[in-house]
Amino acid sequence: MSNFNFKLFYLPVPVRIAAVLAAVVGVGLLFTLEAPPVDVVQRGFRGLGLFQNYHPATFAKTVAENQPIAAIGSPLMVGGPAGKVYKNVQVLKDVPVAEFTRLMASITTWVAPEQGCTYCHVDTSNLASDDLYTKRVSRRMIQMVLDINTNYKTHVAASGPTGATGVTCYTCHRGNPVPKNIWFTEPKGPAHALGNTSGRNLPSRAAGLTSLETDPFTPYFLGADDIRITPSTALPEGTSTASFKATYWTYGVMMYMSEALGVNCTYCHNTRQFSDWSQSSPQRATAWYGIRMVRHLNNDYLVPLQSTFPPNRLGPTGDSPKIACATCHNGVYKPLFGANMVQTYPELTK
Amino acid sequence: MAEYQNIFTRVQVRGPAYPGIPLPAGDDPRVIKPFFNYLAGWLGEPQIGPLYVGRLGLLSFAFFFVAFEIVGLNMLASVNWNWLQFWRSLPWLALEPPAPAYGLHIPPLNEGGWWLIAGFFLTASVLTWWLRVYRRAVQLGLGTHAAWAFASAIFLFLSIGFIRPVLMGHWSESVPFGIFPHLDWTSAFSIRYGNLYYNPFHMLSIAFLYGSAVLFAMHGGTVLAVSRFGGEREVEQILDRGTAYERGALLWRWCMGFNATAESIHRWAWWFAVLVTLTGGIGILLTGTVVDNWYLWGAKHGIVPVWPNVFPPVPDPAAL
Repeated sequence: MSNFNFKLFYLPVPVRIAAVLAAVVGVGLLFTLEAPPVDVVQRGFRGLGLFQNYHPATFAKTVAENQPIAAIGSPLMVGGPAGKVYKNVQVLKDVPVAEFTRLMASITTWVAPEQGCTYCHVDTSNLASDDLYTKRVSRRMIQMVLDINTNYKTHVAASGPTGATGVTCYTCHRGNPVPKNIWFTEPKGPAHALGNTSGRNLPSRAAGLTSLETDPFTPYFLGADDIRITPSTALPEGTSTASFKATYWTYGVMMYMSEALGVNCTYCHNTRQFSDWSQSSPQRATAWYGIRMVRHLNNDYLVPLQSTFPPNRLGPTGDSPKIACATCHNGVYKPLFGANMVQTYPELTK
Repeated sequence: MAEYQNIFTRVQVRGPAYPGIPLPAGDDPRVIKPFFNYLAGWLGEPQIGPLYVGRLGLLSFAFFFVAFEIVGLNMLASVNWNWLQFWRSLPWLALEPPAPAYGLHIPPLNEGGWWLIAGFFLTASVLTWWLRVYRRAVQLGLGTHAAWAFASAIFLFLSIGFIRPVLMGHWSESVPFGIFPHLDWTSAFSIRYGNLYYNPFHMLSIAFLYGSAVLFAMHGGTVLAVSRFGGEREVEQILDRGTAYERGALLWRWCMGFNATAESIHRWAWWFAVLVTLTGGIGILLTGTVVDNWYLWGAKHGIVPVWPNVFPPVPDPAAL
């Protein structure tokens, strides 16, 4: 028996080297790849690779992490308008006071479940005070929610026979005072003699760990740079004036959107011609409106709050925290898998 | 008889080290005293050295070193001279060509100037190495086939990195030096110019590339298969082709009705390999200069299949 064991270790040198290599590569793969099988969802004509891949174990985790929070009771449309009952109600003035109170309690569970009412209100005997910055930010955020639910039906359906979802504070906050997936403009590094990264060429968390843009947000979700780069004529007729390097930016922001929604390129595009709308899915138009929505919300709501936020809430360049696709979507094609968030809070859709 | 059917050569023949034929007058002496290495013997000849360095070899190495240092130091600087970060992030790091605004002008060093210098020295290194391959072949009394095959690869390298950017009037069209970044360049290039798969020269290049692999497998397989009859041994082949060669030829004649010869199979291989980069380079040079969107070009010329749409047509919201 001992003789047999001895022989096991006495393998020829090439076999031993191969075994060590196989072990190293094998362990590497274990930590890199997901074990098959992968679920495939067809999203286009058969046989063209137009599908979405979902790994069952990873997807189960995503599903568990993206469940809506239970509503507190059902709408209570009783009592006088909140604006008459309470002092200093500026936005939800006409909401019946019982519903207003119910909404306030809900907001606590959505945004500051650990901190409670006093996260925004100085104390429970002085609810009217605007002394805390959180209260002033909250007011603006409620206006933002109303804006999304009423004016962005092209991106978020707040009501309707099918597919209505709407948004509440919970869509982004998920019980955190600061939503997880926010972004800041990246500071420009100091000028050196060498080592210019051109805003990419580092592992980019924003762009799915590629070497693409580390801040693919600022040009598109704050500024209005053109994402389109592909010429619309076969021959050079100047239909695309985008520089070659603009392609990296487009590529970077598309990688971000893909990660933010947990989908492949083919969720929206037929990748044989990304630019062709006639071969795209309807979701591409939804995303197009989403980009404009995010840009508007950043510029009209988040950026002006810069002076309201204390310095510890601001970014490295002193800028406001801002939103993009992942802030609501959190890696899912529809936030919270399309749960209707506003059915039980009708006051947020008017 | 030595056995050649293992992955590695199992029997190593060791005579005295062979120094090679005498060098012509004026050539530098060869360096490295010949020695034998058992591991090298698994894969090829166990003898290592002597090596001819020469002035071209020295120049080529010096040029390469300069390019390598410029790229490496820029990468190290991009992670604030942190060695740990350098090794962790190495696949992501790069030295980029100048921004589009510089056109073909010479930008400041950290705005693409380093890229131009590194590219210049890398090109100088590759070209001096080409001269070296050419000169060694001539000195050995050989044909210069290897040098011209290498020239085809250099043509693609220069088409991508130099000729096409010059035709387009922008250094920014060129490739960054970096592992992932140069791969991102290939994707970006295809996306910007409407999908390179519809570029016929890209198709040809791929056909020759895959064809090269098939030919290599056929040739390698045939020679290994006839080695049991001594088919790989040159001396006997010169005197009499014998049963090994005949059987190899018959294998293909009986399989597919036609066979290459011991000479022509190498012509096939040489042309297939050379045409990979030759057609590839032509495809690159036509992109953006003559054709702006290969997918639309393909549609115009009937090579794009039409498939039923699964979704109702989506109008471009920007056009509404």
